[in-house]
Amino acid sequence: MAVSSNTSDNTGFGLWRWFNNLERQQRSVVIAYLMIIVLVVLGSLLVTPNFASPTFLIKQLQQASFLGIIAAGQMAVILTGNIDLSVSWTLNLAAVLATSIAGGQDSGFIPGILVGLGVGVGVGLINGIGVAYLRIPSMVLTLGMNALLKGMIVVYNGSAPKFEQAPPLLSWFATEILGDIIPVAVLFWIVISIVNYVVLNRSALGRKTYAVGNNEVAAYLSGIKTRRVLVGAFVLSGVMNALAGLMIAGNAGRSFNEMGEPFLLPAIAAVVVGGTSILGGSGKYLGTVAGVILIRLLDSALNIVQVPPAVRDITFGLVILAMLFLYGRAEKARE
Amino acid sequence: MTTAIHIHSSVPTVSPIRRFVSRNFRVLVTYSILLVLLLLNIQLNAKFFTPPVITSSFNQSMTLIFAGMAQTSVVISSGIDLSVGPVISLSNSLASAVFADGAFGMIGTVLLVLLVGVLCGLINGLIIVYGRLQPIIVTLATASVYSGVALFLRPRPGGFVPRLYGDLLTSRLSAILQPLSGEQKLTGSIFDYIPASAILLVLVLLVVWQPFRRSKLGLWVYAVGSNQGAAYMSGVNVNRAKIAAYVMSGIFAAIAGLFLTAQTLSGDATKGGVFTLQSIAVVVLGGTSLFGGSGGVAGTIAGAFVLPIIRSILFFARIDPLQQPLWEGAVILLAVTAGASRILTIKNRLNLMR
Repeated sequence: MAVSSNTSDNTGFGLWRWFNNLERQQRSVVIAYLMIIVLVVLGSLLVTPNFASPTFLIKQLQQASFLGIIAAGQMAVILTGNIDLSVSWTLNLAAVLATSIAGGQDSGFIPGILVGLGVGVGVGLINGIGVAYLRIPSMVLTLGMNALLKGMIVVYNGSAPKFEQAPPLLSWFATEILGDIIPVAVLFWIVISIVNYVVLNRSALGRKTYAVGNNEVAAYLSGIKTRRVLVGAFVLSGVMNALAGLMIAGNAGRSFNEMGEPFLLPAIAAVVVGGTSILGGSGKYLGTVAGVILIRLLDSALNIVQVPPAVRDITFGLVILAMLFLYGRAEKARE
Repeated sequence: MTTAIHIHSSVPTVSPIRRFVSRNFRVLVTYSILLVLLLLNIQLNAKFFTPPVITSSFNQSMTLIFAGMAQTSVVISSGIDLSVGPVISLSNSLASAVFADGAFGMIGTVLLVLLVGVLCGLINGLIIVYGRLQPIIVTLATASVYSGVALFLRPRPGGFVPRLYGDLLTSRLSAILQPLSGEQKLTGSIFDYIPASAILLVLVLLVVWQPFRRSKLGLWVYAVGSNQGAAYMSGVNVNRAKIAAYVMSGIFAAIAGLFLTAQTLSGDATKGGVFTLQSIAVVVLGGTSLFGGSGGVAGTIAGAFVLPIIRSILFFARIDPLQQPLWEGAVILLAVTAGASRILTIKNRLNLMR
């Protein structure tokens, strides 16, 4: 599917020519970032003059980082042509276990974090093995996992919820803004993004991931251990979900049931709005970052104007559709 | 000529029963599971075959059945519809709002809601076909729009739904027929054992699903889901078939919303959300392949009955209520993955990766 439509267009000048000569995928990334600028300008004109202020944008980035971490994992899975629908309760179980093990004490921070991330690894392994070796469609398996994880939380909590307060150190990681400039959560997101970018663009593993998404049979016949690539993608997604769960618990000060529900669909939307094909095999990581920021900004713009939830949902849907029409369309079919 | 006859005679004639079994193997498996669960349930609960229990188990499954039917018609065309839940919410909210207004009467309200369901499906289909976009993302976006419209119609749960409407769809047949039979008491008769919702289900199957399934359009939907390129080459109007599948989904989702309205006697713009993912689970439980081209609503209906029955078994087996969601999740995961896992059915490793 990654057809680079290299129809070099040498008409026009400078930027326009550069834009026209870009590959289809790169073009969608550029459009996504342009949309961010448009949104910031519109926001500061129509919503509040503060919209373009550094303090506001930094706060937005901090809030976006949770979604960004989830989207990083989700993108890897989508690139292989699969999908991870177990985001919500993986994130939730990781957070619930971490806070109850830490018991609100910083001394319990490390064990709590380790168990939380362990949940992510475990869920990712099961998902990955199920999809890669047992060949269960990912949509079905991860959906079932989600239901199972939900049940595990109910059993674990028993009749009364276990300790829910996040340890201070976890809250520090999620909410602290270093020197009023760079939030710790964003630092996490940046580090994850750099690793992701380098792996996807500069490493053999990255090439293999795209190859599996494009045509798994061809990848397999070329000697790629496709099943390991699939397991890897799902484990990455599981760990990212767990990490985001810890951060969200830190940000809210506690873990609570259904804390992950609002993140599943926006994460998928962010990946796709960032130009990644839902069929797998093509997409740029920088686009996913743009998609996350875009969705976050849109959300808070609608939040500030205090439009009714109805208008929010409708606008959200229409913007995704508009972005899809801009660059998500398939080539005209020649069946 | 002679060779043709020779070949013909060498082919063993397959008995109709065997052909039926081999064609409907997955559906039969689902019904066997359902039967086992049913027997287990009867074993645990002596009151299982009493009118109130039968009626309530039908009522509990019915919204999910229609939601599953909505998803089935799209999955057959190898698409997916993530807006099933929001369309249910939308029709639930719309029905409660129009009923409260009272301008359209009962039949008018039902027709209006069905029309809106058709419209939702049509929008999905048109965007997917002519926008050349992926169904999963398009319906994700329209899902957001539809639930927004639902919230607009019903910002807070509530509204007014006539009791009569609720009774017509959720009570027993004996209660509905009582006014017609005059003196004779229908309680305890055969009509006591027939839930009104079962009649509704049969009606929907006969009036909506069967005509569609038997029509040229219905056949096209299966053809497109099985192999789009081949279908196109054989003269199938691929675009029209896909749009039809989404319109059918819209109709069934609207029916689900109408039933939900009868059940709750109120409107709630968030009530339908859970049905999106549940409908996918039910489709898979019912033996319809997510890759399209096979399956049907018969399996889906059985699949939708499995969930409430498991819940009831867990209840009567005196499992700690706190453990119920876990067992429910485990059973769903097991059933769904066992049904969908292709490593058990495919001979060639390369075929697995398609």
